[in-house]
Amino acid sequence: MNLIERVRKAERLSSDIYLIRIESERISSSASAGQFVNIKCPGPEVYLRRPISICSIDRSEKTIDIVFQVRGKGTRLLSDIKAGDTLDILGPLGRGFTICPEHKNILVAGGGIGIFPLLQVLKDHPAERKTALLGFRNKSAVVMEDEFNKYSTDLKIATDDGSYGIQGFVTALLQNAISEDRPDMVYICGPAIMMEQCVKLLKEKDIPCEVSMEQRMGCGMGACLVCACKTRSGSDWDYSHVCKDGPVFSGDRIIFESE
Amino acid sequence: MSNNINMSVEIAGVRLKNPVLAASGTFGFGREYSEYFDLSLLGGISVKGLTLKPRKGNPPPRIAETPSGILNSVGLQNPGVHYFIENEIPFLRKYDTAIIANASGNTVEEYEQMVEILSDADIDAIELNLSCPNVKEGCMSFGSTAEGIVNVVKRVKKYAKKPLIVKLTPNVTDIVEIAKAAEDSGADALSLINTLLGMAIDAKTRKPILKNITGGLSGPAIKPVALRMVYQVAQNVKIPVIGMGGISNGTDAVEFLLAGASAVMVGTAGLVNPYAWIETVKGIEEYMKETNISDVKELIGGLII
Repeated sequence: MNLIERVRKAERLSSDIYLIRIESERISSSASAGQFVNIKCPGPEVYLRRPISICSIDRSEKTIDIVFQVRGKGTRLLSDIKAGDTLDILGPLGRGFTICPEHKNILVAGGGIGIFPLLQVLKDHPAERKTALLGFRNKSAVVMEDEFNKYSTDLKIATDDGSYGIQGFVTALLQNAISEDRPDMVYICGPAIMMEQCVKLLKEKDIPCEVSMEQRMGCGMGACLVCACKTRSGSDWDYSHVCKDGPVFSGDRIIFESE
Repeated sequence: MSNNINMSVEIAGVRLKNPVLAASGTFGFGREYSEYFDLSLLGGISVKGLTLKPRKGNPPPRIAETPSGILNSVGLQNPGVHYFIENEIPFLRKYDTAIIANASGNTVEEYEQMVEILSDADIDAIELNLSCPNVKEGCMSFGSTAEGIVNVVKRVKKYAKKPLIVKLTPNVTDIVEIAKAAEDSGADALSLINTLLGMAIDAKTRKPILKNITGGLSGPAIKPVALRMVYQVAQNVKIPVIGMGGISNGTDAVEFLLAGASAVMVGTAGLVNPYAWIETVKGIEEYMKETNISDVKELIGGLII
């Protein structure tokens, strides 16, 4: 299998958020919303690949978009990538979001860089009503508003400091949204604490949800077992693996750290 | 490619079609990588470390990236030896490759039971894990002294009906003393090195990166240490040595063979490059062609001092 793919576009979306559009028939033809790719950073400086969720898939153009925040050496190296460069990419990997065509009313709730894998859910889902609730630190952190606006029927944004949209957390947006109207399914991605609170709110109302988990990863395909995530297993618990069993899990399966 | 080249080696009576094996803990039970290449291209597979009962393993994070390597603290998460026998051996036997069962226990009695159970299973050899640094009981606590090695190996040997490979920890003062203790106690072969005990700290948060605080270092970073230990051990034992530690390609593998290893294991490199195992096989073949060597056994211990 040839893992080398060409970069069509590389763009800076905000101070530390970058988008890379990759030409790949292999990945675009089989990828689904919520899956990820595992990318080798250029140069010898970092050893492991970097797992990055797929933000958007263009199946006719045969491209995928990944969007990431510069957080360390690896993502810094990736941020230097330019159009025309090549990347060594494994993927698509993992279990993505479940899209049930019978669901007529869905909601996505994203916090910070957790919003990115939710875009393709909106693009792929045939539901009539698609609500997007996005939370950011502040106005300067708001990205991809136009894209989320385009593929949702209702978009609400919250910022921690109130500098854009509603002041508060995405959990507050979710509480309001589900008190007015009951979605058939909710898709969540963001910081662990935000996902935990969202799952709790939805459980009270018995609304099903899926969450996309994050953990330090090795092989990305389920062999090395490092990216463990605590999950319910009957009356017991077990360590599932984010790379292969996830990254997307049913919200009721995850045992969050504070439990 | 391999027309006039003999790549086969023998370890304790087990014939391997080539000297490249997958190292335990990096390859699961082969299922994931079977989607990338034909497992029959490998000399053998040492499966994920097995215990008597299923083990959940250590809490995450279980991995930290280091310069040219990784630290892991998986802690032997596995579905148990009985699940392996029922569900994983039939899958692996579809491929023409040697199956090595890596076995651990909390107590000497558990090691005995593991060897007894695996001796009746359809596998080619048992790799006794006396070297995992990430569990509280058994493993490295037995394998880090000569007395501990003697005690376990002598006792399990009575139950062993398959070749017994003893996997050694590098976290000892004198690796030769440990290796000789294993040989004298009845080991049929040795494999080394397991990971080096290490640690990573996040200066920003002042916390250890691994939840387990310490973990095992692997990858190219440990290759010089591994090479030195394989060389020293091979000089001092008569049983075959399987070398590992940071091997990423054919040249690395040839270096271990020259140092005295009869076969090699590739592990961590495969986490980055899923083709590392088969590229290592090809790399050895290319080296042999370039240097006009027809039998890979000619490389074993071929170091020129």
